[in-house]
Amino acid sequence: MSILGILRIALKSLARNKTRTFLTMLGIIIGVAAVIAMLAIGQGAKKIVEDQVNSMGTNVIQVFSNFSQSTVRAGAGGGNLLNMGDMEAIRDQVNGVLYVSPIYNTFGQLKYEGKNWRTGVMGVDADFFLIRDMKIAKGESFHSSDVDNGAKVCVIGKTVADNLFGDIDPVDKIIRIRNIPFTVKGVLEAKGQSVMGGDQDDTVIAPYSTVYTRLLGHRWRMMTIIVSAVSREQIHLVQQDILELLQVRHRGTTSEEFMVRSQTDLAESANEVSNTMTILLASIAGISLLVGGIGIMNIMLVSVTERIKEIGIRRAVGAGKQDVLLQFIIEAVSISIMGGILGIFLGTGAAKVVSNAMKWNVAVTAWSVILSVGFSMAIGIFFGWYPAKKAANLNLIDALRYE
Amino acid sequence: MPEVLLKTIGLAKTYQMGEVQVQALRCVDLEVRSGEFIAIMGASGSGKTTLMNLLGCLDHSSTGEYILDGIPVHKMNDNELTAIRNQKIGYVFQSFYLLPRTTALENVELPLLYCHKCRLRERHEKATKALEIVGIQDRAHHHPNQLSGGQQQRVAIARAIVNDPVFILADEPTGNLDTRTSIEVMNVFQQLHAQGKTVVLVTHEMDIAMYAQRHLTFRDGRLISDKINPNPKSAKADLLKLPKADAEETT
Repeated sequence: MSILGILRIALKSLARNKTRTFLTMLGIIIGVAAVIAMLAIGQGAKKIVEDQVNSMGTNVIQVFSNFSQSTVRAGAGGGNLLNMGDMEAIRDQVNGVLYVSPIYNTFGQLKYEGKNWRTGVMGVDADFFLIRDMKIAKGESFHSSDVDNGAKVCVIGKTVADNLFGDIDPVDKIIRIRNIPFTVKGVLEAKGQSVMGGDQDDTVIAPYSTVYTRLLGHRWRMMTIIVSAVSREQIHLVQQDILELLQVRHRGTTSEEFMVRSQTDLAESANEVSNTMTILLASIAGISLLVGGIGIMNIMLVSVTERIKEIGIRRAVGAGKQDVLLQFIIEAVSISIMGGILGIFLGTGAAKVVSNAMKWNVAVTAWSVILSVGFSMAIGIFFGWYPAKKAANLNLIDALRYE
Repeated sequence: MPEVLLKTIGLAKTYQMGEVQVQALRCVDLEVRSGEFIAIMGASGSGKTTLMNLLGCLDHSSTGEYILDGIPVHKMNDNELTAIRNQKIGYVFQSFYLLPRTTALENVELPLLYCHKCRLRERHEKATKALEIVGIQDRAHHHPNQLSGGQQQRVAIARAIVNDPVFILADEPTGNLDTRTSIEVMNVFQQLHAQGKTVVLVTHEMDIAMYAQRHLTFRDGRLISDKINPNPKSAKADLLKLPKADAEETT
């Protein structure tokens, strides 16, 4: 008998028990939906992390003093602080370095014509914009001559511009940062939220020389250094060289005292979190699929017992053991595949809901669909095998005389 | 003399019931020729059901030979027996054994489904024709639970003849039917016989056996008599003698 014929018989007998068939499918539906949704959401999360990391610039490496590793000596400013000499050494001595900029972070009250805004102020070199791949939406960025002269100029983020200026064009206006007048040279292009959830547009960027002398005063002058490597392949090497260089320059320090982090490190740790979540959720989905499969086996066993007579009749008029085996396996596989397909729709729907709610770009990939259909088919064959074998091996006369 | 269709030589069947061996059939030798209408008779426990299972290739014999249409069936494995059941034998059972929630036509098509050569169109044609032969074509799209006992048995007979088997094996085909319907069913068998079909009927009712041409009687697993029925009854004539039923059959 042809597979198509057996398929017709199988579908017909499933159609006779619609409620039961649907309930049996439910386990598979939920399992597959969970797999699809989880994979889609996981992919979406990964994509977001990637985008964010890329928005930090290309091939970026950041160097910090790691205070938690030198607590004994570290009063305020007592740790092994990075200094301008370190930055120059990195720029001049490490191969594969494209741009280097120091970063001084502070904060201050900004004022413009009676409007106030409190935010972080970054003191950086002109190359910082290249390293972080920051674009200017209006006006221009400051130049290295401004850094050399300690010019009181700055570039502001979109959030700052909106809050201080509203509809007014901020370019060439003078704002006061901690009461010191700065000329706004430009407004940054908006970048949105960062990986950690902070607003990347709520910032003011000024020449580090100006920030150092005008804003930091004698406070704690903690500096970080931001570096860009010439290529992606070089990142790791540059990281190592920087670490070695710093250890030479700061005699007696251990390798833990400075942190040299690349954006790939960041991406990796973020991905690790999302991978762990994905694995966790996928294993829950897997358990659900397993339970669904056992449900199929259970129902198929009931179905075989119910239809012993039918099996006897079919065998008597010429159905071989293979035909009976195939009929029941195809029934089980039909349940699981239909469940799988419904699960794909449900999972896609769930992923859409999540993507709308979280404003994530959740994508259901083709391979996750193929994976779940293939997996549910395998479940159908695996859990359908035993009941089908039982049906095929029934004694013909006993089956025929069964009441 | 027509060719020998079924031949058994020393056919025997022993069942193991726990510790005890039960000899259900001992050393049966018989021959059935093409075109015969035979009744196998005996009380319950006489071995007639066992013989029917063996003749119908539903079971393996313990010892002995069975040659069906020139094929040594006793040497065959399960798969080959399946093909023989499908191609050579048409079954009619006491309780009809139709598939529930399946139309009469589909029930009749069932043996053809398991025959690789048969295409869909051909299946419909053959099944429809079989239903016409037993006179129930107008019920082709009814389910068994919408048919009376007599109608169901006719569908079962249609299923038995749809593959054009070499013989029809009927196991107590009238056991679940009233007198009138029984005679109607026997009439169908007699018509098939008249068209040249070989019919082997298993029954314990003498009344029913009287419609056959030859009587094989079994007792305790042995064939004790093999007689020609000198004047078989005509089911058609008997039907005319019966008082008219209220309706042909109620559904």
